[in-house]
Amino acid sequence: MTKTASLKEVPLHQRHIELGARMTPFAGYSMPVQYSSIKDEHLAVRSLAGLFDVSHMGRVEIKGPQAVEAVDRLMTNDVKSLRDGKALYTVMCNPEGGIVDDLVIYRLSHKRLLLCINAANREAVASHIDRYMVGDAEVDDRSESTVQLALQGPKSKEVLGQYTELDLDSLKFFRCVEGEVAGVATLVARTGYTGEAGFELYFPAAQAKVVWDALLDSPDVIACGLGCRDTLRLEAGLLLHGQDIDASTDPLEAGLGWLVKFDAKGDFVGRKALEKIQSGGLNRRLRGFVLEGRGVMRPGYTIESEGEAVGALTSGSYAPTLEASIGLGYIDSGFDDRSRVDVVIRGRRVEARVVDPPFYERSK
Amino acid sequence: MEIPEKYRFSQQHEWADDEGDGTVTVGISHHAQDALGDIVFVEMPAVGEAFDREDDFGVVESVKTVSDLYAPVSGEVIAVNEALEDAPELVNESPYENGWIVRIQMSDPGELEELMDADSYEEFLDGGAQ
Repeated sequence: MTKTASLKEVPLHQRHIELGARMTPFAGYSMPVQYSSIKDEHLAVRSLAGLFDVSHMGRVEIKGPQAVEAVDRLMTNDVKSLRDGKALYTVMCNPEGGIVDDLVIYRLSHKRLLLCINAANREAVASHIDRYMVGDAEVDDRSESTVQLALQGPKSKEVLGQYTELDLDSLKFFRCVEGEVAGVATLVARTGYTGEAGFELYFPAAQAKVVWDALLDSPDVIACGLGCRDTLRLEAGLLLHGQDIDASTDPLEAGLGWLVKFDAKGDFVGRKALEKIQSGGLNRRLRGFVLEGRGVMRPGYTIESEGEAVGALTSGSYAPTLEASIGLGYIDSGFDDRSRVDVVIRGRRVEARVVDPPFYERSK
Repeated sequence: MEIPEKYRFSQQHEWADDEGDGTVTVGISHHAQDALGDIVFVEMPAVGEAFDREDDFGVVESVKTVSDLYAPVSGEVIAVNEALEDAPELVNESPYENGWIVRIQMSDPGELEELMDADSYEEFLDGGAQ
């Protein structure tokens, strides 16, 4: 059994134990990987609603008169174009164009931005901000004093509506609003990492149980762990930093070129390197794979075209909604337009279809 | 789940059920299937393949992870559970019955005695085995 003594615990740790969660070490935290079964939890999010504790994520506010300009210079996406109550998905690059983190930024006001950071990258992002941020703005790390829950699934709006006076119908995708949920002051955002309709809730850690218990009380909601969060995000074609992208990959080869606003923006960290990469052409490109034969694709497996190694998988799993194995991986330029490749599973070549993610899109 | 009295167990959590005719039916224990989680694919050997004890003879894939299967005894595969091709979840639902994996013609029936009996396996699990 893995020792969990040295791991940090989230404020809802005791609740997870009481609910019978199987805990796993993740980014220095002991986190629930599943409560019942990854498959059941996955399918519940696609059909009803699931509640995730994602408090291990980093929550950092950048505050001050020049907060927007200061953050804009750190990001590839156009932070200046954000209006109050809107969210933006972006990457933060190092001067070489490598991805330090991919994150969601919420604009709470013209001098207050909330950055939602990958758990494993909290230190890297903090030191990156410390090194490159300029202007009249300060960092307020709210990761320990707040919690973050994700309520995801087609029933999520109906469920959340029972606990808030906020007009959730007018809260469109990638918008956020401050209000009360179960009597607790909460930032409610229509964001998520599942490819399903849903919300993320940010509120004080001291109130963690109040909101968690209230939402879980609904018969349409089940507790969901990080296991199905990973399979849900993969079906939705959402990338995982540390796996599909990292400081050695750039946003252009990762298919995140739409997050890099060369035209709309002035200088930003990584700009020169990314311009060079764009004009020089890509060496490889991230594609999606659907296994045609039997088996399950896993990260690290070799991708072959006509017997020649042309890349490797960065993500791979069984996809419960699709009832097939799907994966993401980089294919060398020259082979990235192939519609079929082989994936080597324990020495056996298994045919896979090459697709553009997402693998799953919810019906609207 | 009750551990079947007459089954024998390996340290890798395979069970072997002595059919009394020189063959054993082999599967994975309740503990093993529970630790793996939702099983989505079982890679089985071909009938006629022979294995030494502790050779890996197949693979179990769950949503989250992949795990080798180790032969609890030496011998030749005389049957595989074809139902698992379309319903690998049988290993979760019925690890000791419908979720059996292969049947092996033993080349050295004495090896059965070297496996743990149900009581020893239970103690082995209580000892914090993975």
